[in-house]
Amino acid sequence: MQRNVLEYLEATVQRVPDKVAYANEAYGIAFGEVYEHARRIGSCLHAHGFYKEPVVVFMSKQPKTIVAFFGVVYGGNYYVPLDDEMPAFRIELILNKLMPRAIICDDVTKKMVEQYDTDAQILLYDEMVKAPIAEEALQVIRDEQLDTDPIYIVFTSGSTGVPKGVVACHRSVLDYIEQLSDVLGFSEDTVFANQTPLYFDACLKELYPTIKFGATTYLVPKSLFMFPIKLVEFLNEHKVNTICWVVSALTMISAFKAFDKVVPEYLHTIAFGSEVFPIKQFKIWREVLPEAKFFNLYGPTEATGMSCYYPVEREFALDEVIPIGAPFKNTQILLLDEQNKEAKKGEVGEICIRGTSLTMGYYKDVERTNEVFVQNPLNDRYNELIYRTGDLGKYNEHGELVFVSRKDYQIKHMGHRIELGEIEVNVNMLEGIKSSCCIYDKDSGKIVLYYVGEVTKKELTSYLKERLPRYMIPNYIEQLERMPLTSNGKLDRVTLKQKFIDSKKEK
Amino acid sequence: MEQLLEILEELHSDVDFETCDTLIDDKILDSFDIVTLISEINSEFDVAIPAEEIVPENFNSAKALWALIEKLEDEE
Repeated sequence: MQRNVLEYLEATVQRVPDKVAYANEAYGIAFGEVYEHARRIGSCLHAHGFYKEPVVVFMSKQPKTIVAFFGVVYGGNYYVPLDDEMPAFRIELILNKLMPRAIICDDVTKKMVEQYDTDAQILLYDEMVKAPIAEEALQVIRDEQLDTDPIYIVFTSGSTGVPKGVVACHRSVLDYIEQLSDVLGFSEDTVFANQTPLYFDACLKELYPTIKFGATTYLVPKSLFMFPIKLVEFLNEHKVNTICWVVSALTMISAFKAFDKVVPEYLHTIAFGSEVFPIKQFKIWREVLPEAKFFNLYGPTEATGMSCYYPVEREFALDEVIPIGAPFKNTQILLLDEQNKEAKKGEVGEICIRGTSLTMGYYKDVERTNEVFVQNPLNDRYNELIYRTGDLGKYNEHGELVFVSRKDYQIKHMGHRIELGEIEVNVNMLEGIKSSCCIYDKDSGKIVLYYVGEVTKKELTSYLKERLPRYMIPNYIEQLERMPLTSNGKLDRVTLKQKFIDSKKEK
Repeated sequence: MEQLLEILEELHSDVDFETCDTLIDDKILDSFDIVTLISEINSEFDVAIPAEEIVPENFNSAKALWALIEKLEDEE
């Protein structure tokens, strides 16, 4: 039985050592080199005495970064991806949480890491891949490794202002990759174009099927997602046939009518998720690629990548929502009502997840872990955890699961999961701010921030840019004399939402 | 031009759009900004920016973007 994700790589390197595994616009790395360099990195970590601990991979997005991930796992550790585009304050919070003893850097991030207060040893990727391979040690590490040992920690937005580190193990990732590959039909001929950052679990969809099948993944330069024609040309140039992107990346191409000029020639499998796909845009895609297969995916980081899928085959009316469908095999969805009973047919309930895909919770945060990883309330006979997503869903008349809304102030913006509370916490920490309230205007897809205080919009924006990732910076900011309050004295979000809608109309 | 600067400042109140000519090169604008810009330009100036004009050169500065808008207005 496969216990370790690296077994994928070890089988594939026997078959296709010279085939390119990962590439960007500058260079590619073949499976043989991925294998060799990952083992050298693992040996190097072993030689330094790093074992069963988090190892930060702080590198710019490039093929080498992925090799570093595997290297960390070869060394019997788990990787924590950070990116050179993350704001400094967020990196600081994450480092404080982890207290890592080792950080792997490239030449660029090596200079950046000096600004942080960390005792960690800084290891350079380009040096590590020259380390001698410690065959015996790697074998011992492998023999000791369990499939319940962690592979990675990725950080998601937390409403208290501190990001939460989700810990996932081999078994959950193996389960996910097997089921996902089965449904989407990946093979050795698959050519992926990766869109999502490497510091989220979203990139599992490309990274691991690539080593499982001996496929190839191209990392798409981020700037191309602003320029639709260049993006499609990139897909054609590299004969990309499979993409798993956030909806906004796909609609950017269709809405700007890029298909009038250039059409993807090789694309046959398109998976999307994390956001609602406007049917009008979806129809444009289907018209251009009538033979292609389209899948809507749904799932929280806490249940390892994606949990549900829906092959979009039937016709949809413009006001319909594409369902999230049904769970992957070996995963079950429970819809629980407020009494923790199963929601009745057609009724809305909280989407709860059961199965091997459940991650191990939040790193060094028992309290927040126990709030959402809970005993299955339908089972009082033995220990069984479920994950409460906080997402509300229901079954439609076709028996397909449909996402309805969130229970709280979490939103999805440009495919990213954001707690509006985290933005507010950061705004409120700025001196001179009296109060703030963040809302999300679904219609325009804008994060809207209202605040009261002696701070200019300009000061506030540049302050936020130091602390929050780009995608969390409000798209519209307005200063108010006074914050509207409800009769209970709480921030009146409803009034503010209406205020924003009214101001749009005035324009 | 004033109108365009207003739209841009709404997006990033901390950037000096009159002088900056590396909006794309320095990653000041991201894909969300481009999408917003194109739709706001469409509604404010009543010009649709065709896909072939959505290229880095046209978005690197307010000046370049303004030149594009004027060109598109002339063509109509």
